[in-house]
Parts: sequence; C-alpha cells; structure tokens
Amino acid sequence: MSEKTFILSASPHIRTDESVKKVMWFTVFSLIFPAAGAVYFFGFYPLLVMVVSAISAVVAEAIMLKLRGRDVKQCLDGSAVITGILLALTLPPKYPLWEAALGAAFAIVFAKQFFGGIGQNIFNPALIGRAFLMAAFPVDTTTWTPTRFIKPDAFTGATPLAAFKFSKILTPYKDLFFGNVSGSAGETSALLILISGLILILKGYVDYRLPLSYILSVAFFGGIMWLINPHKYPDPLFHILAGGLMLGAFYMITDMVTSPITPRGRIIYGIIAGFLVVLIRLFSGYPEGVMFSILIVNTLRPWIDRLAKPRILGEVRK
Amino acid sequence: MVKYTFKGGIHPPYNKWTTSKPIVRLEVPQTLYLPLIQHTGKPAKPLVKRGDEVKKGQKIAEADGYISAAIHAPTSGKVKTIIEHPHPVLLTSYPAIVIEADGKDEWFEEPKERPNWQESSPEEIVNAVREAGIVGLGGAAFPTHVKLSPPKEKPIDTVIINGAECEPFLTADDRILQERPTDVLWGAFLIKRALNASKVYIAIEDNKPEAIKKVSEVLKDFEGFELKVVKTKYPEGAEKQLIKALTGREVPRGGLPMDVGCLVQNVQTSLAVYEAVRFGKPLIERVTTLSGDGVKGSGNYLIRIGTRFQDVVDMTGGMTEDVVKVINGGPMMGIAQYTLEVPVIKGTSGILLFTKKYAKTFVEYNCIRCSKCVDVCPMGLLPLMLVDYIKAKRFVEAKEKYGLLDCIECGSCAFVCPSRINHVQWIKYGKQELRRLG
Repeated sequence: MSEKTFILSASPHIRTDESVKKVMWFTVFSLIFPAAGAVYFFGFYPLLVMVVSAISAVVAEAIMLKLRGRDVKQCLDGSAVITGILLALTLPPKYPLWEAALGAAFAIVFAKQFFGGIGQNIFNPALIGRAFLMAAFPVDTTTWTPTRFIKPDAFTGATPLAAFKFSKILTPYKDLFFGNVSGSAGETSALLILISGLILILKGYVDYRLPLSYILSVAFFGGIMWLINPHKYPDPLFHILAGGLMLGAFYMITDMVTSPITPRGRIIYGIIAGFLVVLIRLFSGYPEGVMFSILIVNTLRPWIDRLAKPRILGEVRK
Repeated sequence: MVKYTFKGGIHPPYNKWTTSKPIVRLEVPQTLYLPLIQHTGKPAKPLVKRGDEVKKGQKIAEADGYISAAIHAPTSGKVKTIIEHPHPVLLTSYPAIVIEADGKDEWFEEPKERPNWQESSPEEIVNAVREAGIVGLGGAAFPTHVKLSPPKEKPIDTVIINGAECEPFLTADDRILQERPTDVLWGAFLIKRALNASKVYIAIEDNKPEAIKKVSEVLKDFEGFELKVVKTKYPEGAEKQLIKALTGREVPRGGLPMDVGCLVQNVQTSLAVYEAVRFGKPLIERVTTLSGDGVKGSGNYLIRIGTRFQDVVDMTGGMTEDVVKVINGGPMMGIAQYTLEVPVIKGTSGILLFTKKYAKTFVEYNCIRCSKCVDVCPMGLLPLMLVDYIKAKRFVEAKEKYGLLDCIECGSCAFVCPSRINHVQWIKYGKQELRRLG
C-alpha cells in the first residue's frame, strides 16, 4: 500500500476566500467616509475619540477573552474595532475621551462578552455603549458643537431634530444631506453614509432589505403624521436626512449578529424599527429615536425569525 | 434564450480545465478491484470464487434483491481472491472481487446489435438495464432499473437528462455530450420508451457551449425532445432543483421525482442504457474526469470499473509530490480518500488530486449570523439554525422545525461561510443521530 496519506475532511472541499476577519475589517474600512466627514466638519478631535474608543474596545475584548479562557487573538478580528468606531461616530464631536473609552469598554464587556462573545450577543454593542453613556453622562452626551462652517454666534446648540421638535425650526435639506449640521460626529452627512452603505451592499455584507425597509418605514409612518399635521410634524425627507437614521440604517440595524437571518424577517424587522423611530421622535421626550428603536427590535429578532422562516422546497403550507 | 434556474445556489470557481480534452481509453491494469457494493441498496452476491476464470462482461456478482445491481468482469482473467479492500465511498474496507487480468481482454459475449432494438418493449428495456448492472452514474449510484419501473399510480411524463454537471472540475458528461450526443439521445429515447413518457428535456449548463451545440445539431431527429439551457450555478444539477427549474414542479418534502411525474437521469447513465439495450453491453467501464493541480495528465478517461486510483494516476503521467488531498467525485460533494488504493467504481465521476493550494484546512470560527448560508440554500433551509440545534443535540427539533432531512448536502452553505463552519459535516452527523434514535 502506498505510504502517502492524505487529508480527510467532509465535503465541500473548496471554500470561498471570505473570512470573518475580512468581513469585519472591510466594514471598518468602509467607515472611512463617515469618519472623514467627522474630521471635515469638526476637526481632528473626533478622530481621536474614534481611536481611543476603538483601542478601549479591543483592550476590553482582549481582557475578557483572557478571563474566559478563550483565544485572545480574537480581539483583533475587527469586530471590536467596529464597535469602538461606531460608538465614537454616534457621540457628540467634542466628547470627553475617557467617557468614550468607558462606553466602548462597557459595550464590549456587558453587551458582547457577557453573552458569550462574537456571534452570541443579543443587542448591538455600540448602541448599548451609547445608551449607557446617555444614562451615565446625560449632559456630555447631548452637548453639541457647531461644524467648522457654522458661525458660533449663529449656533443654537440644537441638532436639527431637536430644533424642529422644540422650536419648529426646519434645517435646510442641503445642509442635512451634505452634513453641515450639528449632531453626532459621524451621522451628520447622509451622503457619506450612503456611499459607505452602498459599498457594503455591493460587497454583499449588508442585505439591502434592512436599510431599505427601515428608511422607507420611517418615511411612511413619518409621512402619515406629516399629512395629519404638517405644522406639528416634519415631512418624510426630513425624517430620513436628520439625525442618526442613515448611520443606524446602514451600520446598526444591519449588524449581522443581532438582525434576523431570514429575508422576509429582515423586512418585518426594518418596518417595526422604522415605526418605533417615528413613535419615539414624535411622541417621546427625546428628539431622536434611532438608538432605542434598534435596541428594541433587537429583542424581537428570535421571534421574527421564527415567524418568517422561509418555505422549504416542496413544503406545502396550510 | 430563457435560461432556467432555481433559487439560491453559489458560483464557485468552475475550473473546468479538461473541457476540451477528448475522452481517452485507459489501458486495463494488471489487477482490478470490484467492491460488492457500488450502488445504493443491498450489496451484490458473488457468483465466482477464488481461482475461477472469467471473461470480459461476464456477470461475477448478481443483484441481491430488488434494489441492488449486478457486477460484471471488466476484463478477462482469473479471480485472485475476494478480500476486504478500501472503498471510495464507504471510507472503510469492504469485500471486493479481485481479478488478475490475463491481458487478452476477451469478451464473454461480444456485444452485438439486437435487431429492432428501437422497438424494444418497456419490459425488454428494463430487463436489459438490469442485466447490464446499470446504476446512476452521476454519483448517487441508484440502480437504474428500479427508477425505470415506477409504480402504476405514479406515471412519469417527463424525462430529464441531466447534463448540468455543476460540480467544479468535472467534465466527463460534457465530453460525452460533445462526442456522442446521438447515443445519449438514443438512451434518452429508450428511457422515455420504458416509462411511456411524453417529453424529454436535455439540461445543459450554459458554460458548456460545445455540448449545447452538438446536442442541438442532432436533437431535431428526436420527437418530443427539448434542449434546456440552464444557468451555470451550483447545484443546478441537483435533482429537485433541476426539476423545479425546468418544469416548475416541486418534489414534495420527503418525496421522489416520480411524485411529480419526473425522472432525472445522468447523461452517462443514458449512454449506458443505450449500449445495454442496443448491444447488450454490461456496465464495465465509465468516463471519469481526472483533474486537480496535483495531476500531471489531467483529462477525461474511459476507465474500466475496478481500476485503482493509483493505476489511473500512473497510467496518465503521474502526480506531483505535494498532493495532499484526493477526492472521489467533485470538490463540492465528493469524498476525500486516505489512499490511492481505492478503485474506480460505477459512481466515480471524478478523481481529483489537490496540493495545498486547493486543499485548505480551516478552523471553525463562531457563527456571526451573516446568513450567507440562508441566502444560498437551494432547499430554503436555515443551515445555521440546523447546526445550532445539532450542536445542542436537539436532533428531533432540527428535523421537525428546521427540516434536517430536507438537506441535500450540496455544501453551498459551507462553501460561502466566512466562519468556515462545516455545516455538511454537522448535518450528516445530525441525520445519523436521528436514524439511531429511530
């Protein structure tokens, strides 16, 4: 018998070149557009917040992996970096560095590692970090700075959503679209987020159903309210462009781990989340509803997946 | 042109390097190994014993029961022994008749044309097929005479000749269609006749332009035949997917193609049926693709059943030093071999030898729920949920809630998985445990 022995493994014997690391790091690099926008509008300080937040997330991940007896190298798979950067992008441009670091570490430890690490978490870690910071440091988390192109004396200190909600001031669409408005560091420019989002969709890392159903749902429910009372409620386009909807639609609700796995489930998920955005924006004490809407639908995910199970080939449904 | 297809599936690199390599007849090796099981069903019963002289085409093992298939001597010589020998599908040793060739290659009964073979009755066709020991040559190796005898209450109106050949690297069916299109169609004609079917579809993927051309040139001579060009996508050649793509019919869960009036036969099976009915030729050889980056003489070879992989490699120019993986079949569904001692059996559609470049090994990473596996599953399953339930040993729930038994093990999910999860391995294990539970 021949001496040579060969590798035995189950089929298939060929695999794609994709890996979790590639998916995650590509997503990190796709954030270059919103990150560049943050620097363009608010200077280099937001970049510092991103770096500090990302480092904190990675270090927290490494410590937790070590404590849990897991492979520490996993901390460099890119997923912690995404959490760190995304959190930073949702924070006010001049956010205290140590608070950002604390938020990122909290996100990783409580929202991710306590659930069992990558793939196991129920809630979007970056948004849990944001919610934590909002509860712990309410003032810092709602203190806005003007962009470099807004004269400080003309600055009211309100985001477009808050300006409308509390003072009925409508920010021009052009500013909203290009990002020359106050708000969280990475969410002001709808255009830049759209570019990154389209790249992710084309690359196949984001299912278009999630952002599309989410955004359209906001427009739909927001539009109904606007038709009912155009003086009290903003129009659909304003809903889409203002605040964190774009960032939420392309980077938060699309989080692979916490969103449904079924195509129809994703549509249902986006619609419910969109409804919640409008509900919170228009009727709660908060001007913004993106963060809570996504955290709430996160809890519905298993139920939606069961509801929207695809039909098996040859299955007859009653 | 409308290109038929199904939902889901993947586009692996096809690497059909041997498409333009004509079929070459391989020499008869010195020793041949014929496992008593080369088909789905009960093993065949040997009719010879050690020391017996046999002639080419002589029946050396008979079908034992209905779902079983006879085995014939691939050449003339002497029965050396019946011994346990490595088997390319069972991955363990199994009794095999070992024949020492005498080099004369004499027929037991020279194949000769039967008069009026085109007017054979269904019984005659099924009989000839059974006598020839024909099984599905696409890989599953289900005895063909059984498929040709459906119960009365399940009439078959549509015969599909499966020339999709969606597995990367494999080109045997492609070559047969290019070189012997008329014979394949005659086989289809006989299958149609045996079943009293009204339609025949020849399905070929659109990455085989030569085969499509050759078939369409001879197609008009056959009434009720239609060439259907299907999209190049894996697993386009899977039975249920092909039926859905061509007819819109869905084989019910747990059912068979005949439940929707269809029968799918591989191109080469069709050819074997033709040779059996017209000439009475038993199945003693088949065309197999030898390929992979570790092979020196890649190509399509007409090989006697029972030829060891080692002999195939030696007779075609050898292999490179750094071969680390050997596969019986295609890279998506084929079976990895630990030795080149295994023989070519009836279902061996390909022999692939890979160096490290292709034979990568991966460590499973946590599932990140990216749902790529859901998007590509041609059966509409949720592979990640199946794996979750199987890992938790909840086999019955995996079956009832997530259709464990509906999985066709095509491997599309594992192919696309960025976490390199071995879905197919888990699912095979889950099915096995389910069977054990009864």
